[in-house]
Amino acid sequence: MIKLDIVTAERVVFSEDVDVVLAPGVEGQLGVLPHHAPLMTILEPGELLVRKGGEEFLMAVSGGFLEVRPDRIIVLADTAERAEEIDIARAEEAKQRAKQWLEEGIPDVDRARAEAALRRALVRLGAVERIRRRRRRPGS
Amino acid sequence: MADIRLIRRRIRGVQSTAKITRAMEMIATLKMRRAQERGLAGRPYAEKIWQVISDLAALPQEEGVLHPLLQRREVNKIAIVHIAPDRGLCGGLNANINRKTAGFIVAQKVPVSIIAVGRKGWDFMRRHGQEIYAEFSQIGDWPSLLDTLPISRIIIDEYQKGAIDLVYLAYTQFVSTMTQKAVLQPLLPVEPETVLTGGNVDYIYEPGSSEVLDELLPRFVEMQVYHVILEAIASEQSARMVAMRNATDNATELVQDLTLAYNKARQEAITKEILDIAGGAAALA
Repeated sequence: MIKLDIVTAERVVFSEDVDVVLAPGVEGQLGVLPHHAPLMTILEPGELLVRKGGEEFLMAVSGGFLEVRPDRIIVLADTAERAEEIDIARAEEAKQRAKQWLEEGIPDVDRARAEAALRRALVRLGAVERIRRRRRRPGS
Repeated sequence: MADIRLIRRRIRGVQSTAKITRAMEMIATLKMRRAQERGLAGRPYAEKIWQVISDLAALPQEEGVLHPLLQRREVNKIAIVHIAPDRGLCGGLNANINRKTAGFIVAQKVPVSIIAVGRKGWDFMRRHGQEIYAEFSQIGDWPSLLDTLPISRIIIDEYQKGAIDLVYLAYTQFVSTMTQKAVLQPLLPVEPETVLTGGNVDYIYEPGSSEVLDELLPRFVEMQVYHVILEAIASEQSARMVAMRNATDNATELVQDLTLAYNKARQEAITKEILDIAGGAAALA
């Protein structure tokens, strides 16, 4: 067991003792078990899988950092959401809205905001999609 | 008689004002609490990112080239992110923060540009002919990190371009519900603490320590801007809460005085009427 904290600038998303963490590192998917060597890596947008006892938790992260220390694992995520928190309809809607903003052409400041919103919606939808596919795969 | 009617109308007016200020006080209390909670929720992230940056900055730099956001340069231009509310009715808070920034600008020898967040600060700076680089208003009472990203993006871009050499954050610090303090704190260049944080420097960095630092620094700036805005909102709301409570108290007091005056005037009128009747009756007798 090792303590895992997933935090974003807005809130603490997850804080529990876990057995394994599988994270989307920039240099490839990466699994962390207790007694892993100290590590600091950049995360790519993708899904983060946590195993604890017989339970599994899936989370969508849109990039960030993962730090492994002798006593704990810390994920500094740009955004992180538990799979069951993601509202597919809302994410879809957000994607459409952001796309529409970008097509209609808007002032620069809003443009940056719309682009960020679009990126976020895409990551969410992608994560949900991947998570669903993973569930369908037998044996995992 | 007309006097009595006037007083009565005045009482009604003051009472309805008190009702409004009481409602505003309650709303401000709620919003303040929300902003505080969100600020607290992000604290672990803030502490963590700061610690990692300090760890990284303590490492010997490979190429000897410092990340642009860490570089200290000769100062030719200063930028201040001036964070003030969009709205008034919050006591002296707006005046304090505006005065703080203005005092700082006047004391500088190099030109200062303002990035105004919130309408009250923007109005003030514009009125005084201050150079304004960008303006962000209507950020709302509960912005998400995403809402504040355009602000940090401008700062980071301009700093990396070399258009500005020093960036300050001017905002109202939340000390307690009763006290808020206008402060000015440096944002860029980032100056990591050189204090050793336990000597845990034996990390494997993927892909490499400088890449990690490259990614971390902009996020650190974004996070700081976000947090400071949340704190400014908490300050604004608590100042408004106190101002509205005072207004309600004053209104209640005013109603009491007016009621007293009203009763007195009414009694006088009645007495006068009785005297008139009594006098009339006496004259007839």
